[in-house]
Amino acid sequence: MTTTPSTTSKAAPDEQFDDLTQQRQADLMGMWIFLATELMLFGGIFTAFTVYRFAYPEVFAEAATHLDLKLGTFNTALLVTSSLFMALAERAVNAGQRRKTLAFLFVTIGIGVVFLGIKGYEWHHEYTEKLMPILGLAFEYPGAHPDRAEMFFNFYYVLTGLHAVHMSLGLVTLSVMVVFTWRWRDPSRLGRQIQINGLYWAFVDVVWVFIFTTQYLLRA
Amino acid sequence: MSEAAANQASESYLSRGWRLRDWLFTTDHKRVAWLYTVSITAFFFLGGLAALVIRLELITPEGDVVSADAYNQLFTIHGVVMVWFFLIPSIPNTLGNFLLPLMVGAKDLAFPKLNIISWYIYTIGGVFTIAAVITSGVDTGWTFYTPYSTQYADRAVVAALTGVFVVGFSSILTGINFIVTTHKMRAPGLTWFRLPLFVWANYATSLVMVLATPVLSATLILLILERMLGIGIFDPALGGDPILFQHLFWFYSHPAVYIMILPGMGVVSELITCFSRKTVFGYHGMAISILAITVFGFLVWGHHMFVSGQSLYAGLMFSFFTFLVALPSAIKTFNWTATLYKGKLIFSAVMIYALSFVGLFTIGGFTGIFLASLAVDVHVHDTYFVVAHFHYIMVGGMVTAYLGGLHFWWPKMTGRMYPEIWAKVAALALFIGFNLTFFPQYLMGYAGMPRRYQTYPEDFQILHVMSSLGAGVLAIGYLLPLVYLLWSLRWGKRAPPNPWRAAGLEWRTDSPPPKHNFLEPQTVTGPPYDYDTIDNK
Repeated sequence: MTTTPSTTSKAAPDEQFDDLTQQRQADLMGMWIFLATELMLFGGIFTAFTVYRFAYPEVFAEAATHLDLKLGTFNTALLVTSSLFMALAERAVNAGQRRKTLAFLFVTIGIGVVFLGIKGYEWHHEYTEKLMPILGLAFEYPGAHPDRAEMFFNFYYVLTGLHAVHMSLGLVTLSVMVVFTWRWRDPSRLGRQIQINGLYWAFVDVVWVFIFTTQYLLRA
Repeated sequence: MSEAAANQASESYLSRGWRLRDWLFTTDHKRVAWLYTVSITAFFFLGGLAALVIRLELITPEGDVVSADAYNQLFTIHGVVMVWFFLIPSIPNTLGNFLLPLMVGAKDLAFPKLNIISWYIYTIGGVFTIAAVITSGVDTGWTFYTPYSTQYADRAVVAALTGVFVVGFSSILTGINFIVTTHKMRAPGLTWFRLPLFVWANYATSLVMVLATPVLSATLILLILERMLGIGIFDPALGGDPILFQHLFWFYSHPAVYIMILPGMGVVSELITCFSRKTVFGYHGMAISILAITVFGFLVWGHHMFVSGQSLYAGLMFSFFTFLVALPSAIKTFNWTATLYKGKLIFSAVMIYALSFVGLFTIGGFTGIFLASLAVDVHVHDTYFVVAHFHYIMVGGMVTAYLGGLHFWWPKMTGRMYPEIWAKVAALALFIGFNLTFFPQYLMGYAGMPRRYQTYPEDFQILHVMSSLGAGVLAIGYLLPLVYLLWSLRWGKRAPPNPWRAAGLEWRTDSPPPKHNFLEPQTVTGPPYDYDTIDNK
């Protein structure tokens, strides 16, 4: 292995690559393929949801009215805004602006945390309404066909829960990016890393739009 | 470059560093390939042991060797281990890991760290699953069908599901690595239609891994949530549909069959062309057939569910697409045969493996066509006919190809030659033992012997005894290579860079190769498999 001292390794590609362009292309392509796998992961669950949505259209449309549309809409607006700041962070890091990059990353993370907080509040609200059929908790649905409605809520918790897990992972990797930006050792590598994080964040955003549409908006 | 540095660069990947951490924290794709080889071999013999006990039990019509409960656990262990911990990673993660960068002229895979991480995920997930299955006895079969798995099997189903879920990530990481490496790291001049068919096959396999595995992950998450949190997605009491589970499960698990067989097809293409001293007949057709199988493979999952009560029209379409898969498969089989035609055939051990593959794959494929017919399937569904069919593809096809490939590239991987005569004995033992084990199963399956039964009417005993005898011969075919390949590591003759006078970039470098595979950057100027030029030199 040819180990070059860290001071001169500033713009060197990893050892398996010929040059930085090849590495950047490979890294981005890897992330895109990973997002394709994520798409298939959520796709499987959305497919199952669609099957039941067609099987029990009235019950599902009625059950959806028990979700908080206002908070859901507000959260959607928040998340889309966070993606704007993520994109700004990408621009800033590529322009070599360390302080701006840090600021935009902080805003992105901040909005993400607020989103999760609101989501948690919604879940809590549904818990107090006895609409959380998890771990044998009482499910007291006021409308018709409580069994089918329970199925709707099952999907609601699976989809929003899985999305929250993805967001939390995104927040962790973004925090790591904050540390890397703070140190500012290899801006070229950092630019790549933040761009890849940005792709992931945008994906989490897009998935939410689908969750919002299928769970909140398709209502009676 | 100084002389010391030059010496270090040309040093073989095996000779640098034999401390534990040189292996466990390596990012060298060649060493990761070895880690995988050790792991899958261990899992293979574990799964094989379960099969041997099953065959022992089935010598007599009564249940006398193990209890009925233990029998159910045994076939579950056999299925789970062989499918997820052996067949799926077998060729891609061992030979593929070792050869893909070499064959495209790259220094390593695109993401070497992900590569070693994938091995950790695979091994830890695998050991965890095995521990769960063995200590508490999961008896769902490898398919985890609902509602049995969600409502009745009150054992460590969640632990087993979690293990399989975790192992799925290793497939995904490998898939991403192979796809990006094939796209972005090919040597200058190595255009897509100059790629070895082994690379094509692993590329297509990676596409399936990347697109199908996440759906299995989602399905397993739903099962785990249903069991742990009571979120009943497949619960009939809530209007849920257990058949939906089968759809989601087979959406992954049918394409997974192609994860298991496509790499074998890639291996065999390399072997046959080399030992016929002829270029592959219809190279473009071969490459396109691989892609066609990949695409059609995603459209046929419902043929596992012909008797599940799915719509008849769905059944018709699934049946139709299943017949379509036969077209590219037949193109491949005909092209292998046409490659042999008028070739200068060399009946080495490797060639015996390759020819076994073609014959056994053909039988397995043909019986697949019977099963694709709606009416016939009603008769033979869930019988030993199905068991025989997929073992002809999985063992007769994939395992044979794996062993053939392991022998073919053994000199490259280890720098040592294996004893040819013993390899021939092992290859023949595999062929004879395999047919003796599984051909009787076609007969008893057609006569109505259901799969997964511990006891059976006495009429079937003669066929069962033949099958069990065959399993013994088959075991010899597996144990022999284990012995003489390990023997060759120390006492085998040293291998030259290209002992078979084969085409392909991997043969242009030393055996075993240096850390970065090639001392000089490689360029490619012509089509693959140019055996005329090689032999006329």
